[in-house]
Amino acid sequence: MPDFAVELRDVVKTFPTPEGGYVNAVDHVDMQIKNGEFFSLLGSSGCGKTTTLRMIAGFEWPTSGEVYIGDQGQGRKPPFQRPVNTVFQSYALFQHMTVFQNVAFGLEMEKTSNEEIKSRVGKVLEMVKLNGMERRSPRQLSGGQQQRVALARALVKLPTVLLLDEPLGALDLKLRKEMQLELKSLQREVGITFIFVTHDQEEALTMSDRIAVMSLGKVMQFGAPVEIYERPNCKFVADFIGETNFLEGVVQSSGDGTVRVQVPRVNSTLTGVARQEYKVGDPVVLSIRPEKIRLVETPQLNQNCFEVIVRNAAYIGSDTRLEVDLNGVKLKVWEQNHISTLDPRAYHQGTQTAWVSIMPENILVLPGE
Amino acid sequence: MLQKLRENQNIQGLILILPTLLFMVGLLIIPLILTTVVSFGRRSADGGVIYTFTLDNYARLFGYSTTCTNGAASCFDPLYVDITVRSFWLALETTVLVILLAYPLAYFIARSTPKRRTTFLFMVLVPLWTNFVIRVYAWMMILRTQGVLNGLLGAFAGLFHIPFTPFDMLYTPGAVLVGMVYEFLPFMILPIYTSLEKIDNSLYEAAADLGANPLRTIFRVTLPLSMPGVVAGTILVFIPVMGTFIVSDILGGQKVMLVGNLIQRQFLDARDPTFGSAASLILMVMTLIVTYFYTRKFGFGEEIIAV
Repeated sequence: MPDFAVELRDVVKTFPTPEGGYVNAVDHVDMQIKNGEFFSLLGSSGCGKTTTLRMIAGFEWPTSGEVYIGDQGQGRKPPFQRPVNTVFQSYALFQHMTVFQNVAFGLEMEKTSNEEIKSRVGKVLEMVKLNGMERRSPRQLSGGQQQRVALARALVKLPTVLLLDEPLGALDLKLRKEMQLELKSLQREVGITFIFVTHDQEEALTMSDRIAVMSLGKVMQFGAPVEIYERPNCKFVADFIGETNFLEGVVQSSGDGTVRVQVPRVNSTLTGVARQEYKVGDPVVLSIRPEKIRLVETPQLNQNCFEVIVRNAAYIGSDTRLEVDLNGVKLKVWEQNHISTLDPRAYHQGTQTAWVSIMPENILVLPGE
Repeated sequence: MLQKLRENQNIQGLILILPTLLFMVGLLIIPLILTTVVSFGRRSADGGVIYTFTLDNYARLFGYSTTCTNGAASCFDPLYVDITVRSFWLALETTVLVILLAYPLAYFIARSTPKRRTTFLFMVLVPLWTNFVIRVYAWMMILRTQGVLNGLLGAFAGLFHIPFTPFDMLYTPGAVLVGMVYEFLPFMILPIYTSLEKIDNSLYEAAADLGANPLRTIFRVTLPLSMPGVVAGTILVFIPVMGTFIVSDILGGQKVMLVGNLIQRQFLDARDPTFGSAASLILMVMTLIVTYFYTRKFGFGEEIIAV
C-alpha cells in the first residue's frame, strides 16, 4: 500500500485573466493526504481549493507539477480513467434518470453485472437512507435527499478517494449540521479517504482529521483542527479561523518557548508562546482569542494582567461579548455565562473598570509583516 | 361600466385575446369549415362548386378511378396514393437528414464560448433574411446541368485530366431533398441548441467522473437531455415539409409531385377546388395523426420553454 492516498508535488495551475494576464490559481502546492483521512481544503472563494480538487479529479490538468493518486502519477489522464469520484456542489444529478439509474450509472460504465449492480446500489442507498426511493426522479426529492443521491452515486464505485466540492453548501443550516455528522460517521464506516472542499471553517473543524488552510493559491498551514485553531502559524490563519485580537509588537527577549514582546500601543510588555525562534527586535503580531481573556475583579499574580475600561457588553445567552479598552486599544473579550442569574451586573453589564488576565500560553506570537 | 370592467378579469382577458381570436376565427376556423364543405361538393363545368354531398373526391384520392385503360367501369389508380406516400417519405427523409446535420452543429455552438455562440447563431440566422423562394432559386443555379456545382466538378476533373460529363441534378427527387434540408436546417438547429445550452457543464463532468468516456456521455447524457429540442425541431420541420410545394416546384419540376403541388394545381391549373379541398383535408388529417402519435411518445418538447 502506498504511503499516501493522494500526493501533490509542486503543483501549479495557471489561468488567463480577463485582462489578458495570467494568475496562478494554485501556486506551488505540495500536499500529502494519508489513507483513510478526512482531509479538508479550507479557504475563501478564489483561494484555489476547488481548482486543487478539480486537478485531483482530472477536470483540470496542472500547468506544472504532478498529482499522484496512490503511487500513480496522473499526468493528463482524463477523469474517467482515475480511481476517484466527486460529489458536486450542484449535485449534477441526471434528471432523465431515476435515483436507481443515477447510482447505477457509474457501475454500468465499469460493465458490472446486473445482479451486482442491483445489490451494490441497494446497499449504498440503504447506507445513505434512501432505500425505497429507487424509482423516484431526482426532481421529486428534497435538497438533502438529492445530496444523498449524489453521495451514493460516487460512493457506490468504491473510489480510493472521494472528492467533495462544498457538497453541503446548498442545504439549510440545521440540515447541514446533521449531514456534517452523518458524513463523518459514513467516512469512518467506509474507510475511504475523503477530500472535502469548504469555505465554512466550522464545518472543516467539525469534520476533518486534518485541514489545509489555503489563501491566494498557497497552503498557509496544514494541521489537525485543534492545531489550526490553537496554534495557527501565521496572522492569516489566526484571522481566518475563529475570532481573535491582534497586537503588534517587537520581541524583547525569548527563551524556553516563551517570548516577551514589547507592545508600544498598550505601552506594556506581554509574554506569549511561539512555534518558532525569534531574535530580539523581530517584529511580531500577538494573537489572543477573545474567549481566552479572563475578566477579573482584582489584579492577579500573572504575567499578563491589565486594567481595562469596559466599553460595551452584549449578552448572547451562552456568552457575554464585551469590548474593553486597554490603553486605547479595543479588545474583544468573551466571557462564558456559567452562573444562572438574572442580575445583569453578574455579566459585567454595569462595570466600568475591570482587570483582564491572559495566561502566556493563550498569547500566540506570530511573525509580523 | 368602466368600474365593472376593472373588476372583471374574465372580460379583461377576453378583450386582450380578441384581436387574435378574430384573426383565428376569420382566417382559420371559417376557411377550414368552407374547405370541408367544398371537399364534399362537385366541380361545375366552369370550375365553380356545386354544393352537394358526394364522397367522389375522397374516393379519387384513395385510388378509385372511372377512366380505366382496360375498359372496366372502375379500377384502382395509385397516382394520388403514390403522391401522398412520396410526400410523407420525403418529409421523413428531410427530417432525419436535418437532425443528423443540425445536431452536431448545435452541439458545437452550445459548447463554444458565449461570445462565439452569438456569432455562430447569427450565421445560422443570416440566410433567413433572404426570401425563401429566392433561396430555392439559388439552389437551381447551383444544381442545374450548366450550374455552379457541375462547373466546379468539371474544373476539378480537368485538373486531373479525367473526362467529365455534367450530371443532371436538377429536377430529381435528390434536388428536392437537398433544397428541403437546406431550407429547414435553421428550424432544427435553434431548438436543439436551446436544449443543449441548458445542460449544465457539471453533468458532463459528472458523467466523466463516473467513468463514461466522451462517446458514452453523448449517448447516455447529452442525447437524452436534449431530446426536447429534437422533438420541437422535428415538429417545426416535418409539418411544413409535408405541405410545401415551392421547393418541389422549382427544384423538382414536373417530375417530383408532392401533395402540396397537387393541391396548388387543383386550385390554379385544373380549376377543381373540390378535389383540392379534399386533398388539403387529407394532408391535414395525416399530419395531425403523425404529430399526435409522435407527441404522445415524446411530448411537444415543451421542456425547452419550461425548465
